[in-house]
Amino acid sequence: MNKAMLIKGGRIIDPSQKLDIIGDLLIVDGKIKEIAPAVQNIPEDCGSLDAKGMIVCPGFIDFHCHLRQPGFEEKETISTGSKAAAKGGFTTICCMPNTNPAIDNKATVDFIKATAAADSCIRVLPIGCITRGRNGKELADMGEMVEAGIVAVSDDGSTIANSRIMKQALEYSLIFNIPICDHCEDIDLFEGGQINEGIMATRLGLKGIPNAAEENIVARDIALAKLTGAGVHICHISTEGAVDLVRSAKKDGVKISAEVTPHHLTMTEEAVLGFDTNAKVNPPLRSQKDVEALILGLKDGTIDMIATDHAPHTDNEKLREFATAPFGISGFETALGSLMKLVHNGDIDINLMISKLTEAPAQIIGNNFGKLGTLTQGETADITIFDPNKEWTVNVNEFSSKGKNNPLNGQKLKGKVKATVFGGEIVYKDNSMEPGA
Amino acid sequence: MEVSQTTMEPKLKTDSAPPEQKIWQHKHILDLDDFTTAEIELVMQTTKAMHEILSRPIKKVPTLRGKTVVTLFYEASTRTRSSFELGAKNLSADISNLTVSSSSVTKGESLIDTLETIEALGADIIVIRHPHSGAPDLASKHVKASIINAGDGWHAHPTQALLDLYTMLQHKNSIKGLKVAIIGDIIHSRVAHSNIWGLTKMGADVTVCAPSTLLPKGIENPQPHFPKVKVTTNIDDAIRGADVVMGLRLQLERQQNGLIPSIREYAALYRITEERLANAAKDVIVMHPGPVNEDIEIASSVVHGSRSVINEQVTNGVAVRMALFYLLTGGNRDE
Repeated sequence: MNKAMLIKGGRIIDPSQKLDIIGDLLIVDGKIKEIAPAVQNIPEDCGSLDAKGMIVCPGFIDFHCHLRQPGFEEKETISTGSKAAAKGGFTTICCMPNTNPAIDNKATVDFIKATAAADSCIRVLPIGCITRGRNGKELADMGEMVEAGIVAVSDDGSTIANSRIMKQALEYSLIFNIPICDHCEDIDLFEGGQINEGIMATRLGLKGIPNAAEENIVARDIALAKLTGAGVHICHISTEGAVDLVRSAKKDGVKISAEVTPHHLTMTEEAVLGFDTNAKVNPPLRSQKDVEALILGLKDGTIDMIATDHAPHTDNEKLREFATAPFGISGFETALGSLMKLVHNGDIDINLMISKLTEAPAQIIGNNFGKLGTLTQGETADITIFDPNKEWTVNVNEFSSKGKNNPLNGQKLKGKVKATVFGGEIVYKDNSMEPGA
Repeated sequence: MEVSQTTMEPKLKTDSAPPEQKIWQHKHILDLDDFTTAEIELVMQTTKAMHEILSRPIKKVPTLRGKTVVTLFYEASTRTRSSFELGAKNLSADISNLTVSSSSVTKGESLIDTLETIEALGADIIVIRHPHSGAPDLASKHVKASIINAGDGWHAHPTQALLDLYTMLQHKNSIKGLKVAIIGDIIHSRVAHSNIWGLTKMGADVTVCAPSTLLPKGIENPQPHFPKVKVTTNIDDAIRGADVVMGLRLQLERQQNGLIPSIREYAALYRITEERLANAAKDVIVMHPGPVNEDIEIASSVVHGSRSVINEQVTNGVAVRMALFYLLTGGNRDE
């Protein structure tokens, strides 16, 4: 273990402690030792990082990503995915089970954990399947997978169409008190859909996906959560109607949480103009009205957290006719830069953004994996340092992710991760980052 | 549009730098959404010149000698493909036709790979028809050859729309102010989409009419991404006073997908008939991109009647495609 490191002179923001000060942060033996305007007792041989003008906050937590291993290593591996995540400021990532084989039993969970222990530079927490092979028919061995270390269950990418199975999954999850994460999509309304149902679908001659495809299932899940008393987590919420449903369910005391992606918060269906398959994502990029509702939902607490839904694909898979290209955006490395647009525009406060990336996902994960998303003294030193004003141009060829599928390629963003510290170790550092004077 | 007789004179005989070089900006023809009115007018003038060539006893000019045109069709087509082929032959191009079964698309055979092969064979112009919207756009980003969209999915069919405009101009003085009713499966029709772009750019007054399940949403309101048109589900409202009535082909699968209850009911509600045309303008013309499902979209008597210009559309198709080949190759000629 590295002995000690001082992060000097940054703006330290930790929503979990309602902390927002300019000062120093001292790490000793991988734990947070002290935060103060000027740390006095600096150990000998203490490394340092100059964080002047930068934000220092708990390491970001991504509750929803795809690492593709096992089965789709040409798209991403745990090694490349974790590097990309670290570059994006993430220190904990939860990977979805739509691998091949799917993560639906103890052996696969063990494989993910062992591979992550060997290959990953940050914490990888697997999400197990709700149903065996994500077939929507028989429940997967939830208890065995919880024992092996899963953080939640989800059949992400596939909705459990059968409402009775969903009800039973929710009831069964009560034993373990883990969230059931649902990718909400009415498969009949969705059928063959490519982009948001609206004027862009008309213009491009592509089959639309109506907002109701998401809202139908959100409404069903709310009814089932109410019925069973179990918790349901809505993945990548994308429509105004879905936000309204979750808001009213929360008022009624239903155990429900929701996440939203940086791309749904910052882009509209217009991004697919010119048939850009890199903007093809599910749920689809929606209208400006939906984007505004998502931002409002994030601010009023309806939407609990921000998750990337990082979904890497190969160039060849995306270099196809729009309808035959897969859905997904490789999003780890542009998450912060995109979200900072909202901060710079005055749409959301920087403290809120950080809270949605740290404290909020930590809350749903719980304490089974240590106390995450905080800079509390004595806790593990997972820290993100970013320059909120650094302007840079996205170049997918510089991505650490194997997935270069990102519609922001070539665009300017303002806000960049400068260093990521995991358990006291620097796991990512931008070239420009200087040691502290 | 208003094209005076003098500007309609064939441009082929001028020797000095032709004005079309400044007006014409397209390397590819993907849709009419990015055409200027001047470009559309130029296509109309050039088509007229080509039409004149077609009326000669020997229909062949050497304009495209040494150029290679390849047609790449992922969907069955007789008239569109023959039209391109004849057009290319009339201009003395070398032409090669490739048919790819649409099943190979789903098998994962890459369009880009196929295009690279065709390009390696020396194609100057590639004419693509494809079941997936956007395939020609994708192609245009990856090859040096010019791409002509001969119909892609539900997206666009620009050469059809241009030949439709030309056909209208043969019967009407101007597109501006023309009342055009497009009747049929609007939402799935690339012909309708490209016609809406072309017609609205040229100042026509367009009404689209279909069962509500076959109408795109939001096009009756002004917005930046698609032309605003009048929308109705009532065929009599659409036809009333129309100068042009255009029918569209109804795919029988629309019934199987639950979009319409039955072909019988569709025909009862939306068939273009003599009785319904009585309320149109006196000199109304009836158009259809073909092939017609007779007595479903249009009554047989109308298809073969005096108002029908459906066969002229086919003839004009060859002239329009010749004009486009000519313009895409820079009007390079050594006549």
